[in-house]
Amino acid sequence: MSNFSEYIKGYTSGIKSLLIGMRTSMKVFCQKNVTEQYPENRHTTLHIPERHRGRLVMIHDAENHHHCIACGLCQMACPNGTIKVVSEMQEDEEGKKKKVLVKYEYNLGSCMFCQLCTNACPHNAIEFVNDFENAVFEKEKLVMTLNHEGSTLAK
Amino acid sequence: MNQSFLDYYNLQPLFMAIHSALCSIMPEGLAIFLEGLVVAVLILIMYAVLAIILIYMERKVCAKFQCRIGPNRVGGKGGLLQVPADVLKILTKEIIELKNSDHFLYALAPFLVIMASILTFSCLPWNKGGEILHMNIGIFFVLAASSIGVLGILLAGWSSNSKYTIIGAVRSGAMIISYELSIGLTVLTMVMMSGTMDIQQIVASQADGWNIFKGHIVAIAAFIIFLIAGNAEANRGPFDLAEAEQELTAGYHTEYSGMHFGFFYLAEYLNLFITSGIATTLFLGGWMPFHIAGLDGFNAVMDYIPGVIWFVGKTFFIVFLLMWIRWTFPRLRIDQVLTLEWKYLMPASLLILLLMTVCKVFGLVF
Repeated sequence: MSNFSEYIKGYTSGIKSLLIGMRTSMKVFCQKNVTEQYPENRHTTLHIPERHRGRLVMIHDAENHHHCIACGLCQMACPNGTIKVVSEMQEDEEGKKKKVLVKYEYNLGSCMFCQLCTNACPHNAIEFVNDFENAVFEKEKLVMTLNHEGSTLAK
Repeated sequence: MNQSFLDYYNLQPLFMAIHSALCSIMPEGLAIFLEGLVVAVLILIMYAVLAIILIYMERKVCAKFQCRIGPNRVGGKGGLLQVPADVLKILTKEIIELKNSDHFLYALAPFLVIMASILTFSCLPWNKGGEILHMNIGIFFVLAASSIGVLGILLAGWSSNSKYTIIGAVRSGAMIISYELSIGLTVLTMVMMSGTMDIQQIVASQADGWNIFKGHIVAIAAFIIFLIAGNAEANRGPFDLAEAEQELTAGYHTEYSGMHFGFFYLAEYLNLFITSGIATTLFLGGWMPFHIAGLDGFNAVMDYIPGVIWFVGKTFFIVFLLMWIRWTFPRLRIDQVLTLEWKYLMPASLLILLLMTVCKVFGLVF
């Protein structure tokens, strides 16, 4: 008798789980598509998640100031040797010696977007942006200088 | 009940007029031969067009179940020309002859599969007077003809001389032969309810209400079992273990290429349509319009919709149900498939047969 009741129990629980599965898939059926029609929606409904890592940039404000103190922590944090910080020693009015950024070189071709450099940066001077259309025909173009022309350290 | 509405779209007088016109200018034998040729070409065209529609629908529905868009580039908006393009491509492919295969059986197998499919396809009641093969044991013929397909599958698997194909074919054979029991028993249930095996008369007997409403709980249970077993018959859905890609590449048609593979592919989709069409005939009233007792205005409007639209509409509704099942459930193992049939579906369909008998005897069906 217990065998028979187990059989009936198996029957009903089986049907129940099948119905739950069908309800779930019908819910998904009624959802909005997640696929993007990429080249067509490039300028209209394109949606890139906010935290997508497309390319490294150095943050500059309106007066062309950045926050990089040329400490080189990002260069040391980078596992691929993507970043090269060129700096020089300058003396200010009070005679104090100070490291100043000359050139911040970033090679997009060898970057693996691990975000270790932005995590290492003590002044949040660099960040990743969503800009993902980075294809070029020559690999020399992938080597970028991130500090803008004539920019200086923010006070 | 007034049944004159059934005659608006009756195709019988038209066909009789064509036949007598042909007979007046040529001997009757030649006329019948010519008509047969035309009908054969029509069947094949309908078969191909329906396959294209079904494959497109499958790809779109499957995409929607996965929150995707599906084919959307070929042929303007919606990718309408994707499937015709695929068909053209497969037509130009080479048909490969394997060195160590049994050449005759290897070439014969796809034709057996597609022949079984076309034979059953010809039995569908498209409209009043619109049936192609009409005989008084129609539904019995459908069951018999659809069984030829499994022979083709077994031959394909065996003659290809490969492990994948033989495993796929044996799985498919075991499964189809088992599920034919459930199909047979549920069909028998509905035959008992209608009191005839003639497909046109089964439809005609549903003029005052579809079987699924007239037979209430018993018919609904039979409908569900028929859908499950029919899905297994068509080698689809959770029962596609005969062509389980992950284990068997493509199962019994692994070694086929070009249009020979195309025949298997076509037959798979048309078997889906045929299963749905037979389910429509048995349970949803074939080409009968939808009526609600008491709403005469509504019923009159429904009557003006031609039967063929009703039939195709209902069939595609069931096709959608089967696709819903296919894209929901994971594939079963062979032992689970056989357990489901022999321990659950078969006893259930026997019980339904018994219940239907009791209902019929005591007049509990409407």
